[in-house]
Amino acid sequence: MDEIKQELQSSSRATHQDYFGKALSYLCITFVGLLVLSILYFITTRGLATFTENHVSLWKFLIEKNWNPGVLDSHGQPQIGALPMIVTSFSVTVLSALVATPFALGVALFMTEIAPKRGTKVLQPVIELLVGIPSVVYGFIGLSVIVPLIRHTFGGTGFGILAGVVVLFVMVLPTITSLSIDSIKAVPMYYRSASLALGATRWQTIYKVVLRAATPGIMTAIIFGMARAFGEALAVQMVIGNAVLMPHGLLTPSSTLTSQLTTGIGNTTMGTLPNNALWSLALILLLMSLVFNILVRFIGKRGSLKK
Amino acid sequence: MQDYSFDKTHIIDIPIEKAMTTENLQVFYGDNHAMHDASLQFSRYRITALIGASGSGKSTYLRCLNRMNDRIATVKGKIMYRDMDINSPKINVYEVRKHISMVFQRPNPFAKSIRENITFALKRNGIKDKTELEERVESSLKAAALWDEVKDELDKSALALSGGQAQRLCIARCVAMKPDILLLDEPASALDPISTAKIEETLQQLRKNYSIIIVTHNMQQASRIADYTAFFHMGHVLEYDRTEKIFTNPQIKATEDYISGNFG
Amino acid sequence: MNSKTTNNIATGIIYVLVAAVVGILIFLLGYILITGLPHVSWHFLTSAAQSFRAGGGIRDQLFNSLYLLVLTLIISFPIALGSGIYLSEYAPNNWLTGLIRTAIEVLSSLPSVVIGLFGYLLFVIQFRMGFSILAGAIALTFFNLPLLTRSVEESLEDVSDLQREAGLSLGLSHWKTITGIVLPAAVPGILTGIILSAGRVFGEAAALIYTAGQSAPIVNYSNWNPMSTTSFLNPMRPAETLAVHIWKVNTEGVTPDALSISSGTSAVLIIVILLFNLSARLLGNWMYKKMTATK
Repeated sequence: MDEIKQELQSSSRATHQDYFGKALSYLCITFVGLLVLSILYFITTRGLATFTENHVSLWKFLIEKNWNPGVLDSHGQPQIGALPMIVTSFSVTVLSALVATPFALGVALFMTEIAPKRGTKVLQPVIELLVGIPSVVYGFIGLSVIVPLIRHTFGGTGFGILAGVVVLFVMVLPTITSLSIDSIKAVPMYYRSASLALGATRWQTIYKVVLRAATPGIMTAIIFGMARAFGEALAVQMVIGNAVLMPHGLLTPSSTLTSQLTTGIGNTTMGTLPNNALWSLALILLLMSLVFNILVRFIGKRGSLKK
Repeated sequence: MQDYSFDKTHIIDIPIEKAMTTENLQVFYGDNHAMHDASLQFSRYRITALIGASGSGKSTYLRCLNRMNDRIATVKGKIMYRDMDINSPKINVYEVRKHISMVFQRPNPFAKSIRENITFALKRNGIKDKTELEERVESSLKAAALWDEVKDELDKSALALSGGQAQRLCIARCVAMKPDILLLDEPASALDPISTAKIEETLQQLRKNYSIIIVTHNMQQASRIADYTAFFHMGHVLEYDRTEKIFTNPQIKATEDYISGNFG
Repeated sequence: MNSKTTNNIATGIIYVLVAAVVGILIFLLGYILITGLPHVSWHFLTSAAQSFRAGGGIRDQLFNSLYLLVLTLIISFPIALGSGIYLSEYAPNNWLTGLIRTAIEVLSSLPSVVIGLFGYLLFVIQFRMGFSILAGAIALTFFNLPLLTRSVEESLEDVSDLQREAGLSLGLSHWKTITGIVLPAAVPGILTGIILSAGRVFGEAAALIYTAGQSAPIVNYSNWNPMSTTSFLNPMRPAETLAVHIWKVNTEGVTPDALSISSGTSAVLIIVILLFNLSARLLGNWMYKKMTATK
């Protein structure tokens, strides 16, 4: 009797196990949290060095068109205008998302509204395989198929924004598709039955009811796709031409933030201005990634308020 | 359903040896006051049934008795077991649950073999001896009236059992821990009549060695198996007496209406 | 135009779009396999790469890719497991948990080149590791953690709460309930998650070019001492992987048969990743059957 009383009032192996387990899992999650913090910290401090140590004006960095960090201009100022890369990055991102969205919606509607069973069986693996192909393989196919094709059709070198858009379009397609599917599936069944019962055709139902209700989710899907396109490095770098020039159309070689980073980091010395300038490009990438995240959250909140 | 007064109650004290008691037990889910001042005494080696409509608080009350509500609700008041208030934060809940074990509404066997379902917790509690483990497997399955059906396939996955068999395995799993008190939360509500009859038979057998507290919404079941019955209504215990008294001569209007099928 | 015609046209357009996407995938896989497979031979898989001459193989790159994958999983799985357990079992519903979830989302949406640069800055430069397999594995761990954590968390959450209650009501500690009951029931989901993430890690290049480096020094495959500089197991040596190799031969343009090497390497890469995906699916189904049905 007293023994049981004793047991009930004192800690046992079970309580120790619990402390141990809790500590272990807290440790892991703390590590992940610290990791994210340190990534933000290191990239930010490095990226700001251009402005704090080398005293380059932030404004000039954002709007000047000449990128030549090793050379001083007539006023003795280094030429680090990141505008060409910013413009190119945004161009390939927006264009590839624009091209990909109709295809993604077509596939998503096919899998949810037109032939849910058969469609899912065939197209789910298609999406998974498109995700599975590594970005360098996309880059390689872009380089060996798309670039020559553009060269023969339009002339020029073939390298440029158009080639980048074609490659990125295929890469963001699965992202936009699978997230769109989720948001279309989340539209309640009775929306559709109500519309069909009123005599609407399937397309009217899809267009006026399903797509309207799923719009916030589809926007989120597109932003995720854009985030992927904006951050993609090697596939783009292989087909964009890597000339830091203001793009004059879709067919001239140019350079994105990511492609300039991958090309440049190995050729500059740590701590010098040309190197710092590259870290500033990385900082723009990081900030844009945060902006995409915030946009997704914002849309998620607006979308859920409407219901 | 009409409004019944919560002021008038009829709750007896248990004259014989008590397994456990609660004093002014109250449960809060956030701001929701789900259980008001429940004071009940449970007799040793008897079956006590907790009846009432859904949402009356009977399951909430039962889950307090071995502290299964810890993570989801605030529980105030005393739960006395062996002269200790086991609702105190100083109490080792894991030890409490070894003595006061619970069987749930839906059968929940582990995704392991039948044998491992029973031995898993035993091993973790330090029983390593093979023969002892074998002996516990056999005796607990016999106690739950499952032995004859599964003795040749103890290494089969427990997920392949039928609902009724799985529930009896869950009872066996608790019995193997040799607890003092068995708590059952509507153990037969998800089962067919034949399985239900088997479970009731099992409980009658277990009554010899265990104190049993069972939540049920099936009044026939309560009248068939329980020695004592408590009637719960909207978070209050309104009546508690010997079962035959509750069913033949209820003292409270709400109880009478409930057992005669006027609501619930 | 009446609504019926519109309906037919719209349906027709959707069919065309779907056919186009399927066509793109068939073209991609067909192109890689048809141009690549003829170059894949025993010699190609087992001989060293050449920089300025034709006829090089991918032996070292293939081994580096696998070695890096194994190291990455060894480092990232325990952390992802602990974090997944925290999020699914312990995380209280408050602002801190929300912040942690946001942090993980941010990490998963960071461009892999940024993660690679962070690894370069901190490990290659600051900690003086140099271009090394270890630095590469750490960068890939950062890249892999958010997805793996999420798949562990989701697999654990898929396990019914009834199982947790069953464990707790038998007097098992919360921790033993997690490790002994919930975790085994979640193994099929977790394994599928690991294999799928392995496919991603295997094909990743941007996070590696400035961490594991772009060169594959000659190593001795009979030297089993990881501390020795010539050993193939030495984690401090630079190591070019298959994916990085494709990028490198295409951008540097000094290898005469860059095209055939890249297509051969791409084919190998794709086949390995297809195998990962296929085995994830088969293993998941098989484990599920094994756990629910009779043995």
